[in-house]
Parts: sequence; C-alpha cells; structure tokens
Amino acid sequence: MKLVLKNGYVYDPANGVNGEKMDIFIENGKIVEEVSGAKEIDCSGMLVMPGGVEIHSHIAGGKVNTARLMRPEDHLRNVAPRTSVTRSVCGYSTPSTFLTGYAYSKMGYTTAFTAALPPLMARHTHEELHDIPMLDKGALTVMGNNWLIMHYLSEGRIEHACAYAAWLLRATKGYAIKAVNPGGSEAWGWGRDVRSLDDRVPHFDITPREIIRGLMEINERLSLPHSVHLHPNNLGRVGNFTTTLETLELTRDVKPSRERQVLQLTHAQFHSYGGDSWRNFSSEAESIAKAVNSSDRLVLDMGQVVFGDTTTMTADGPMEYYLSSLTGLKWANKDIELETAPGVTPFVYSEKSPVSGVQWAIGLELALLVESPEKVMLTTDHPNGAPFFTYPKIVAWLMSAKSREEVLERLHRAAQKNTVLGSIDREYGWSEICWVTRTAQARSLGLESKGHLGVGADADVAVYRIDPESTDPARDYEAVERAFSATALTVKGGEVVVRDGEVVKVVSGRTLYVDAGVGEELEREVLKDVDYYFKRFYTVNLANYPVQEVYLTSPEAVKVDSGVR
Amino acid sequence: MKELVLRPLEQPACGLSAESISCDVFAGKSVEEIEALEVYSGNRRRRLGDFFSVSGEAGDTPGETRIVIEGDVPRTKWIGRGMSAGEILVKGSTGMYTGAWMRGGRILVQGSVDSFAGMMMSGGELEVQGDAGDYLGCAYRGEWRGMRGGSILVHGNAGTEAGHCLSGGRVTVMGRAESFAGVRMRSGLLVLGSAESRVGAQMTGGSIVVLSRTEMLPSFELVDRVSSPEIEGVSFEGVFEVYAGDLAERNPKGRVYLKVE
Repeated sequence: MKLVLKNGYVYDPANGVNGEKMDIFIENGKIVEEVSGAKEIDCSGMLVMPGGVEIHSHIAGGKVNTARLMRPEDHLRNVAPRTSVTRSVCGYSTPSTFLTGYAYSKMGYTTAFTAALPPLMARHTHEELHDIPMLDKGALTVMGNNWLIMHYLSEGRIEHACAYAAWLLRATKGYAIKAVNPGGSEAWGWGRDVRSLDDRVPHFDITPREIIRGLMEINERLSLPHSVHLHPNNLGRVGNFTTTLETLELTRDVKPSRERQVLQLTHAQFHSYGGDSWRNFSSEAESIAKAVNSSDRLVLDMGQVVFGDTTTMTADGPMEYYLSSLTGLKWANKDIELETAPGVTPFVYSEKSPVSGVQWAIGLELALLVESPEKVMLTTDHPNGAPFFTYPKIVAWLMSAKSREEVLERLHRAAQKNTVLGSIDREYGWSEICWVTRTAQARSLGLESKGHLGVGADADVAVYRIDPESTDPARDYEAVERAFSATALTVKGGEVVVRDGEVVKVVSGRTLYVDAGVGEELEREVLKDVDYYFKRFYTVNLANYPVQEVYLTSPEAVKVDSGVR
Repeated sequence: MKELVLRPLEQPACGLSAESISCDVFAGKSVEEIEALEVYSGNRRRRLGDFFSVSGEAGDTPGETRIVIEGDVPRTKWIGRGMSAGEILVKGSTGMYTGAWMRGGRILVQGSVDSFAGMMMSGGELEVQGDAGDYLGCAYRGEWRGMRGGSILVHGNAGTEAGHCLSGGRVTVMGRAESFAGVRMRSGLLVLGSAESRVGAQMTGGSIVVLSRTEMLPSFELVDRVSSPEIEGVSFEGVFEVYAGDLAERNPKGRVYLKVE
C-alpha cells in the first residue's frame, strides 16, 4: 500500500519541520524517503501533522463500564445509527467503545492510552480495548496501592519490587507504571485517606513519599519506556499545591535511565490549587509551572476543565466520595481487592461557579506558563475535566488570547481575581500545538515511531482543512476549532481511515505492552510470594489472572532488558 | 388551525415507535408525505401509513396544526415527543412515553396513557382523562434533573413514582397514586387525590399536596397545620398538616401537605 500526501504545510517539530510545503511518502504503513507509482492525495492549503497521541484518557476498564451503567442519561447524546462501515454509537462522557475510536480518529488521533488499568480488571480492560477501533492502544497499570509493591518497598527489597512490577506489566499487558493517590486508595479500604506525603498507610509500614520514590526507582531500574505516571495525593483539595510541589521535589534524587522525564504529573490542573477554603480557592499554576520549568525530569498533562456535564472517574475512591458528598449526586465505588479502589460520580462544571471558573483557568495557565511545549500535553483527563470531544476548543484557547478573554468575561469574577490567566498574552503557534497534542506524548511514552513524520515513523498522519499561511488563529479561532474537530484526512498505518470528517474505513490498531526481562532466579522467588498472596488474599486463582496475548488486538510487546537480577 | 386525522388500521403485535406523530413533524407536510414518515415496529422500519390512514390537512406551522387520532393505539409509543406547539387529541388510549420531552402545545388523551407519560417535559399541557401508568412526569433513566415545566393532569389513577425527580412544573393526579409519588423531587408541585405510601421519599424541594390522609415516612417531620393555604401559587381549600423532608437527605427543603379536614 503506497500513498503520497502532496503539497501540504507540514508541521513535524521533532524533525525541525515547521510549516514547510512538502510531500509525505508512505509505503507499507511507514513513512519513507520516496515512493513511485503511488496514489497521490492533494493536500495543498492544508495543515499536515503526525497522528495525534492521547496519553491519559479513561477509555476502557472497570470504572468506565461502571460509569456507563450508572449514566444511561449520558447515552442520549451523540446517538447515531450504523453506517455501511461504522456501528451504531452513543454517549458523551461515557461514550461506547466504538464511538471512542471513531471520534478520536475524526479529530486526527491515531494512538490512545487508557489512563488506569487495575491489574485485576486487566482482562476486562483488554476486552474493551479490543472493541475500540481506529487506534493503537496501551494501558497504564495501576500500582500505587498494590499490597505486594508496598510490602516489598517497606522492607527495602527493591529488586523484588522491580521483578514484581515487571511481572505485573506482563501479566496485565500494561505499558507503564501508574500510581493513583499512593497509599490513599488503600487507606480508603479502612474509610480513611492520606492527606500528606508522610501519613502512614494503615497496616503497611510505608508512606506515600516512600511509595512514590520507590516506584520511580523501580521504573528507572527497569529502564521502562515511559516514566512513572503519577496522580498525586490530595487531588481536587483546596491548597493541594504544597503536596504537589513536595511530590515533584522527590524527582531530584532520581536518575533517569533514558532520555526522558522521571515523572509525569498527570492532570496537573487538579493538583494546582491554592487557598484554604472553597471561598478563597485560587490558582497556584505559577508555582507548579515554575517547578516544571526548572527541572528536566518533569512533564505534565493539563487535565483541562471545559464547562458542561461530565462524569468523573478515578482510582481514587476517597476523592470521588468527597466529591459526591459536595454535589449530592449519585456515586459508585468499585473496590479492587489488594490493588486499588476507584470511584465514579457525575459532575457539572458551571460557568457561574467560582470554583469551576478557576479550574478552567488553571489548566490553560499551566499550558501557557510552562515555557517548553515539549513538557506539556493537552488532556482533559477524559472524562474528568471534560470529555475528549472538547479538545478542538482547547486548541483554539491555546492559540488565541482573545478567545480566552471572551470566556473569562462570562465567568464568575473569581476566575479573573484568583488566577493570572487574564494577564497572559502568550499564544501557541502550530508547532506548539503539534507538540502538546502528539509529539510530547510520544516522547514521554518513549514511542519512537510516533509523534513525528521522519523516515521510519508509523504512517499515522492527520490532515486538517485549514491553511496555516492565511489563517490568523489568534483572530480566527473558530476556524481553528472547526478544523480540529474533523480532519480532511486521517491516515492510520498508511491507510486513509477518515475523509472529510467521516470514517471511511475501520481498522483495529495494535495494542502495545511492555515486556521487561529480569533475572530468572529473582522472578521465581517473587512468584512464590505472588502465589502466597493469591492463595491467602485474592478471590481469584493465580492461573486466571494473567491476560494472554490472544485477548489483545495485534499485540506488540516492547521488550526491555532491565539488567535487574 | 388545520386538522389532520389519523385513523388506526391494524396495529402491530409489538410496540410501534412513532416519534413522528407530532405537530412539529407534520406541519407543512402533505398527506402523502405524512404517510411516508418513518416509524419502527420492533426493529423494522415502516411507514406511518402502514398503521394509520391519514386524511385532512396539516397547518404551515406546528401551532396551526391539530392532530386527531381516532381510536385506541395502546402500543403506539412516543406520541408528541419533543412537541413545541399545536394540539394532539387522542380518542382512545396511547402507549408509553406520550408527550416525552414536550416543550409546548397541548395533548389530550381521552383514554389512558401507559408508563413514562410526560417524561422530561419542559412546557405545554398533557391531559389524560383515564389513568396513567408508572413514572408519570418522570426523569429519564439515571437523570436527576426531571420535568422542568408545563403541566400534567390525570383524571384517573397513576402508577408508581409519579413525579419522579420533578424539577419544576405541575403534575396533578385526581385519583390515587401508587407508592413513591414524588420520589427524589427537587421543585415544582405534585397534587394527588390520594397516595398509597412513601410519598416524597428522598425529596429535597418542591411541594406535594395529598387531598386525603396517608402514612408519612419516618424521615418527615410534622411542622405545621394550615388552613386554605396557597402552595406554589395554587390555592387549596381545607385544613392541611405540613410535613418537612425528606430529612434523610442533605439540605432538605421539601414540603408535603396532607388534607386532614
């Protein structure tokens, strides 16, 4: 299969290409130097970027399905009958698996990572990923409240912890180490939470500080492609920025094993809160941005809030309980024995609410105050800050101070008073948009063949119907939003899958997971402990726990030889 | 106002989803176009003309259109869905979801309506001379923001959970309502001739008036006794006990008035 995308304005900042008019040559699913006799598609007057890469989005797993069950009213949105190529779909904050694939693809995304994979839910999660078409996929395995991890770390047995983490990644077919409210979700099992890095986790001789530091050490010893992906403690709490800063500080004594960060601060907006009560709730985005600017070991994703009705879901049970007690709305707890404790509750971000207004501003402040776009990733923590359908709006806000001002004027005055967003006149250019929607994600995840259009890269390309030469995004932000809502062309693995905003071909994509090798002796020892834990505590049999490759669509193991013996 | 008459032909064995029977859809269309409108019988796509003979004339706008259904259509669902203006008269009984998402206009059913009548209504009037099924004037499944406006009047009885999550507007059942009337109600007015039990469970706002005694849940507190009160802008005659609740909820501001004399 050969293809040439002719004469588009190409943005590929990882390879130093910034808006040059050039052709992209594709053969056998890869970008190549040149092809002959290929089908040509004219892209003149259009914007060409690598396919979008989603790094943090709750698109599959136990709590996503719990949310679907809990919110039938959400299924009234985006209802569409099947077509000759696509299935019937529905949902907005809890879209169906098929809609998830189609909708990302229409926005030019070709890869998506689901944000939290509780090991015990791995089989279910992969069954859902199987049903998400159009995208290459991966999942971040949740380990921050895992009994064996905490046990090994508290006893200082770091090699054992490494071997167990490597086994867990393989068993769950996960891609990276995720931690959610380390220690806190375990404490929730006892009706409690942790509120600082030095609170002790009930029944484990360990603190959140030790868990986070331990996980980073495991990650670097195993030399995994992605860094630790951290949802810190105290998410969504007033004044939580001090906890966040202390957490970021922990990266100082961790040496990266690869050319990348050692920590991704995920949905940073939810962790950048000042004030001491909801009355004087304010932005501390400046402090967080400063910490990120002064370190080469940190990246963040925004966790942007967009106004409207959504569903919050996270492996942070106590936080969801707290939120539902604030709103009085329904909520669900999904306890995962020995591993984590997610919760789900609906939420409405209102323009009239002082808190929602400040939250909206914080996400954008973070993206605009962190100097290097290589350290910023556009996310809404779908669907927590907003469903991913809102990404084009956020792109427009980043590119236009005027569009931000228009929103700011409508909001409760707290959004102006308690944030600095109004005074920021920085506007992203096309290259920066390319960084924050694909290239930075691919770098952070260690995906060498994604996020750029160099020779050898995956032939995942998005062509947007907007002329970067003649469009002034600062003024014409509505055109930017329109263009990013529906691509002129999405190419996945060398095939045209979306044309003029309509899915024209359904492909299944690959599932990436990490297979990190450790010493055999060590692994045998660890498996003895695993076996004991299953016999003693788990409700399932060990033999039924690891997910076989057959559960994955086109599995692709990323092999790492860690040197941990 | 122009009138269009739908005469039921042979009715399907399974339900007929006929969202197209609405003044908004009919307005400005010819009889042939109306006969050709899409309906679903089970999962099969059919024409409205397969189940009804259509005669008369539609108005140019919904407000100038009156639809008369000449007879019983107990399996026809979604009549008047989302209607904004105009009139529908049914000389018989209708199926589920009659007047759901209705925004304006008027529907009069001379027979009875099945469950979910007036679901998520935000305006207009729905009058039923017979009985209503369960979930009269309710919220959509899972939704906590229910009917916001308009009025529903049922001359007969209603099933369970009448006025479920009511968030505005007025629902009146002149006969008896089965259990859980006004469950999770947030505002608006629910008037019941009599009520089976558990009136206003989980209510946080609005008023329920029951024109006869009924047993209250223990999470309601008797706070007053009033005569000839005005409740949500409507005057009532007689002596009423006033209950506050549901005290099992956070910040409850609901009131239940029981007529005792």
